Amino acid sequence: MIPEEKIFEDKIAREVRIEPRDWMPADYRKLLIRQMSQHAHSEIVGMLPEGNWITRAPSLRRKATLIAKVQDEAGHGLYLYSATETLGITREETIDQLHSGKAKYSSIFNYPTLTWADIGAIGWLVDGAAIMNQVPLCRASFGPYARAMVRICKEESFHQRQGFEILLTLSRGSEAQKHMCQDAINRWWWPSVMMFGPPDDASPHNQKSMQWKIKRFSNDELRQKFIDVCAEQVRVLGMKLPDDKMKWNEDEQHYDFGEINWTEFREVVNGNGPCNKERLEARKKAHAEGAWVREAAAAYAGKKNHSSNNQ
Amino acid sequence: MEKNASSESWPLWEVFIRTRQGLNHKHAGSLHAADAQMAIENARDVYTRRNEGISIWVVESRHIHASAPDEAASFFDPANDKVYRYPTFYNLPDELKNI
Repeated sequence: MIPEEKIFEDKIAREVRIEPRDWMPADYRKLLIRQMSQHAHSEIVGMLPEGNWITRAPSLRRKATLIAKVQDEAGHGLYLYSATETLGITREETIDQLHSGKAKYSSIFNYPTLTWADIGAIGWLVDGAAIMNQVPLCRASFGPYARAMVRICKEESFHQRQGFEILLTLSRGSEAQKHMCQDAINRWWWPSVMMFGPPDDASPHNQKSMQWKIKRFSNDELRQKFIDVCAEQVRVLGMKLPDDKMKWNEDEQHYDFGEINWTEFREVVNGNGPCNKERLEARKKAHAEGAWVREAAAAYAGKKNHSSNNQ
Repeated sequence: MEKNASSESWPLWEVFIRTRQGLNHKHAGSLHAADAQMAIENARDVYTRRNEGISIWVVESRHIHASAPDEAASFFDPANDKVYRYPTFYNLPDELKNI
């Protein structure tokens, strides 16, 4: 072990945060760039399924909150892109990796938002799963990532609450609204459970990530925690989670749950989900159509610099 | 125009925010913007959506100079052996009050 590596490992052991200009192993940097950029992309792509419902939100109150939520997600993407850049990769490179398909984003955003109830289910389940993942990341060993996560977690709680409120309203509404609520839960439940990633024994990055204290809990631990919480919360809605095998296990003090369809998960991750092409096309189109704005702003800044230099 | 001021690379800016009157500006994060005005407006949208600030400073990241992390030990060494800079270094009798 070279002396720098010893200092690095010692810092990790003592819970001292690693900062961008500190020495770090190449694999640590690589793992972080992968995870953080994937996280940033998820925030940005995550705006698309919800943006679909902004113009059709059922009231002004719902519209205002949905816009605020989508704006937060843009903000979260930007915190994370900036934090990723401190590792020495440029913004253009990370965005190119998304557009070329080299970098992934959370597979959940490749599912369509078919009804208004889906906005509620996303808030409750998708943001709920995200929070479960993100809270321990506030203690990640890399300083800029941990600091970005602190900001994100503070803001994310409103997302989940507004989602649950939407479902609660529907669950107390007409038969058609109740049906819509249950249908959205049925469609979003299993993809949300999959958000925690492959099982621990099949997760290639799990061990390194835990060893370096980027992640604090394994995929399966977080998934179990999420299921335990949701199994209780769903009762408040008077709805059911679509899992016949789900039941309280007194010995384990956890809920047992049914088989996860990992074939579906792999298909969606590999680009064959219901909306993969649509999402990526939307991102590429937005980037291409924004090119003139970037060019005009750069030209204007250049012109101002030029004239102030000549004064 | 500088060569790197092309469409693909707006410069990086560091953002500092004063959260309340009476407190100092504190580093909040960074962002890309074409010029200072855009950096301030983007910083407002990215970092103060919930009244986190009453004043924003932005400075282009390339203007920030920093001490070297791998020389931190020797660089900050002069302060290490000067315990007499702390009030507890001085032994005074208990009966002495208000000091």
